[in-house]
Amino acid sequence: MTGNAFKVWALHLGVLAALLAAQFVLPAYHNGNLARIMVLAVYAMGFNIAFGYTGLLSLGHALFFGAGLYGMGMLVALAGWGAGAALTAGIAAGGAMALAVGLLALRTAGVSFMIVTLMFAQAGYLTILYYTPYTRGEEGIVIDRAARVLLGFDLSDDGVRYFAAFALFAAALLVKLALVRSPFGRVMVAMRENEERSRMLGYDPFRIKLAALVLSGIYAGAAGAAYGLLFGYVGASFASIQYSILPLLYVLLGGAGTVLGPFLGAALMFYLIDLASGITTAHLLVVGVALLVLVLFAPKGILGALRDRGLKWLP
Amino acid sequence: MAAVTLLEARALTRHFGGLRAVDGVDFDLAQGEIHALIGPNGAGKTTFVSLLCGRVPVQSGSIRFAGQDITRLPAHARVRAGIAYTFQITAIYARLSVLDNIALAVQSRGASHLAAESMAALDRVGLASRADMLAGELSYGHQRLLEVAMGLALRPRLLILDEPTQGLANSEIDAFKDLVRGVVPDMTVLLIEHNMDVVMDLAQRITVLNFGQVLATGTPDEIRANPAVQSAYLGG
Repeated sequence: MTGNAFKVWALHLGVLAALLAAQFVLPAYHNGNLARIMVLAVYAMGFNIAFGYTGLLSLGHALFFGAGLYGMGMLVALAGWGAGAALTAGIAAGGAMALAVGLLALRTAGVSFMIVTLMFAQAGYLTILYYTPYTRGEEGIVIDRAARVLLGFDLSDDGVRYFAAFALFAAALLVKLALVRSPFGRVMVAMRENEERSRMLGYDPFRIKLAALVLSGIYAGAAGAAYGLLFGYVGASFASIQYSILPLLYVLLGGAGTVLGPFLGAALMFYLIDLASGITTAHLLVVGVALLVLVLFAPKGILGALRDRGLKWLP
Repeated sequence: MAAVTLLEARALTRHFGGLRAVDGVDFDLAQGEIHALIGPNGAGKTTFVSLLCGRVPVQSGSIRFAGQDITRLPAHARVRAGIAYTFQITAIYARLSVLDNIALAVQSRGASHLAAESMAALDRVGLASRADMLAGELSYGHQRLLEVAMGLALRPRLLILDEPTQGLANSEIDAFKDLVRGVVPDMTVLLIEHNMDVVMDLAQRITVLNFGQVLATGTPDEIRANPAVQSAYLGG
């Protein structure tokens, strides 16, 4: 037991140390990519809390990502808020949106839940376009360099941006590791494995699932708000269906219900698209083939397959 | 018997379409007894206990548990109030470890030393050495035992066992009987059981259900001697 705990912490702190060191080794191009991957991985980690651990397959997480992105962006652009306050508001917006959607959507389950969350997200996307005078619609909002200063650090600077993305990623990873190893994490998994059984152990399925969805929304909101601040752009495309599907792909590729899976999936998918689009314009075909191979040979994702083949301690 | 009544059901009714699964049942459980519920297949036994534990909503009638009206209480809240139900079809978490299974029950009642109390609960049924195995890899008998252990770990006031000895070997049944005898009078046990030897051996009182209604209630001897029960059920 303690031996496993040591392995778990060694692995996760090792990954964080490697990411911290990578900043000094990698060329600038990959630095920018990795910063983006780390923020997207936070989004995927949030998705994984709902999908991988609690068994809630949402097709509307772009709504929570978008809530964080626009919550932050509109407060900066329209109300002149500082980066810190706007970031906090963006995170809260993600959680609040998940709470509102969850209260309604969690009355359904399975395919109905997928459809209801998808509908909510589409409604959110169309709302952004409808209020173009405030949201700037498809054109989006560019966040001024002057507004992208957090605690005295200029987030538009490449080095600072990497560290900011890393700090968010590290915090999200460690909180999630603690969460899934906590008693509440065990109850989330119990909901995924057998809801009726869990109910007869005294757990209220609705409350447990709602709590997991709100946590998931907070992660998505944090990722959205950070993405806007770090890369200086808030656009409606980030609230579109594509951004609901992306974290699902990341999580499936890396391994649903694993702590590091979302990061691994995000990194692989990002570079797969990057490499494929250098070779062919049909880069989505390459992504499709990769997913087919995955479903055929490792349906539990890369880390899920490793966990089945000996690494049982992998959280 | 001047025993304290733990649970009382009055005129409890549940129909499924034209089927009168449970039809106006009055039922009392004395605190600390082992009470068996028997009856032919389709008599409404599982539906009746499902009404008691809240898995099936009550159509009409009322249930009082420990002085409190629980007729409209949701199932999870009844578990918290002290009614534990073990499933007829084993419903453990097959893909989680044995320890995680039991820990989910232990932490539900709010334990201060989760790991130690979980191991103690496994030890009680002799599964401590298998704590790290996946529950789905246990033998069938051990899975049933884990199911019962999860019910016990909730430390309920009332433990409802739905056909607990089904599929068990004779040696396992003996161990199971000892286990159940050991939990009373701290807990009250309501047992649905087809194995008449187990029923006659364990139960202090027996209620016979037939077509959703109570045919008779009494001690094992009274039930054995009851002509109505004999014709309806024991094939006398």
